[in-house]
Amino acid sequence: MTPTPAIEVRDLRLSYGPREVIHGISFEVGRHEILAVIGPAQSGKTSLLRCINRTIEFVPGTTVTGGIRVNGQDVATVRNVFELRRTIGMVAPLPVGLPLTIYDNVAFAPRCAGLSRKDELDTLVERCLRQAALWDEVKDRLDSLGTRLSGGQQQRLTIARALSHQPEILCLDEFSIAIDPVTTMRIEEVLKELRREMTIILVTNLTQQARRLADRTLFLYNGEIIELDRNEVVFSDRPGNRKTYEYVNGIFG
Amino acid sequence: MDTMFAETPLVRVKRRRESLARGVFFCMSVAMILPLVAIVTYLVVKAWPTLSWNFLVDIPREGMREGGIWPALVGTIYLVFISLAVAAPLGILAAIYLSEYARDNWFNRIINLAVINLAGVPSIVHALFGLGAFVYAAKFGYSIISASLTLAIMTLPVIIASTREALASVPQSFREACWNVGATRWQTIRSIVLPNSVSGILTGVILQVSRAAGETAPIMFTGAVFYKAVERGTLLPYYLDEQCMALSMHLYTISTQVPGVEESLPYATAVVLLGAVLLVNASAIALRVVLRSRKKW
Repeated sequence: MTPTPAIEVRDLRLSYGPREVIHGISFEVGRHEILAVIGPAQSGKTSLLRCINRTIEFVPGTTVTGGIRVNGQDVATVRNVFELRRTIGMVAPLPVGLPLTIYDNVAFAPRCAGLSRKDELDTLVERCLRQAALWDEVKDRLDSLGTRLSGGQQQRLTIARALSHQPEILCLDEFSIAIDPVTTMRIEEVLKELRREMTIILVTNLTQQARRLADRTLFLYNGEIIELDRNEVVFSDRPGNRKTYEYVNGIFG
Repeated sequence: MDTMFAETPLVRVKRRRESLARGVFFCMSVAMILPLVAIVTYLVVKAWPTLSWNFLVDIPREGMREGGIWPALVGTIYLVFISLAVAAPLGILAAIYLSEYARDNWFNRIINLAVINLAGVPSIVHALFGLGAFVYAAKFGYSIISASLTLAIMTLPVIIASTREALASVPQSFREACWNVGATRWQTIRSIVLPNSVSGILTGVILQVSRAAGETAPIMFTGAVFYKAVERGTLLPYYLDEQCMALSMHLYTISTQVPGVEESLPYATAVVLLGAVLLVNASAIALRVVLRSRKKW
């Protein structure tokens, strides 16, 4: 028997008011897989992520139909939506250092989940900051403000925070648009390490990044899947769809 | 090289316009200070013969033609503090609901509309409402409690509006980051939103002090009296179910209702009222500076 996929999307439709932005897409993400999602702006990439952890509910006037299963469970019927969100780590395009100390930024989610023992928190904070390749830079100033870090450091802090609730799935939404190439490469190394422990969905505008990191790549365009295949196919000279070739090679128009 | 950055006629015109615009805006902002300085100077000069410590702590004598303003000063403090003690928690909690929880549906739109309209109601209408609701319907009678509640109703919508403003100044991305890691709305509000908007919320509340202290109409119908005999300098001269004197009311009385009042007396009362309000506003600014310096982004 094949194990349940980490994420299973079946005929997902999303509307903002009368305007449908995702038109019935279906795909699966396997465990410990890195799935890249590429596509131009307004394709529904970010909305897709927000459907998965149900933060789409905070946007007024949205309707979601179809099913998303995380670990085999339909997210629409999940009672404890907060636990669902803790199963999924989410990293936004722009780094968000919460106006708290570096330590509290990382300890925020565990505390919300009810963890309060100092020694456990200390261990967890250190582990997450190490995983996010930030520990060495901030270990001597955990009490200073997270918002005072540089952009690249804040993005790694955001990743550390996303890891702090021990997610099984990590979603990154164009994590590299606000940071320099060196930091981007460091985070990419981090992701390669993390894939041993979790499933990763990587929304990105950089097709080369998708090519470097992902096992499979999903090309989303205007709320429809144009192509979803192994990277060897998507980035080959003969992908399944001509549009994919054009987009990947920058001759889309 | 000179020709590259040389001043063309067009540039010269632009530069003159720039300095003209700047000058006009500067003059206007300076002009804002003049009325305040003029009013304060005029009042203090006129009030000078009467202003003294004794004027503050003494009771009115000789049919309010002499003596001090102690009962009115304490009455105003009572009214302001009780009304804010009611309006601030109510207003802040309502504003938190409206800005953090409420969805955009017809019910919440009605609430919004009500708040906006309530803020625009003239104070005399609040006075009549207070008279009907608190004095008669709730049977509080003409009392400090009725007058304070009327003032509370009057300040409530403004407190709601200023609190919502303060809450809205906290970036939405902070909230989303919290929700993404599984925080509830309340956890988000308590740990991120409130700590970063508290300075704005408090400023909004404190600015209502001056409004509550200055209004005459709402308290005139509901609990303030021309004169009430209390002991000189007592700290707790009133019970809550009694009527009280108030500075704004006292100022109105001795300016218009009592013949033969010494000229400096109303001015001195006005100076005390103004001074109290400025003191409160200054403390609001100080508090804002302190809290703002602790703001973390």
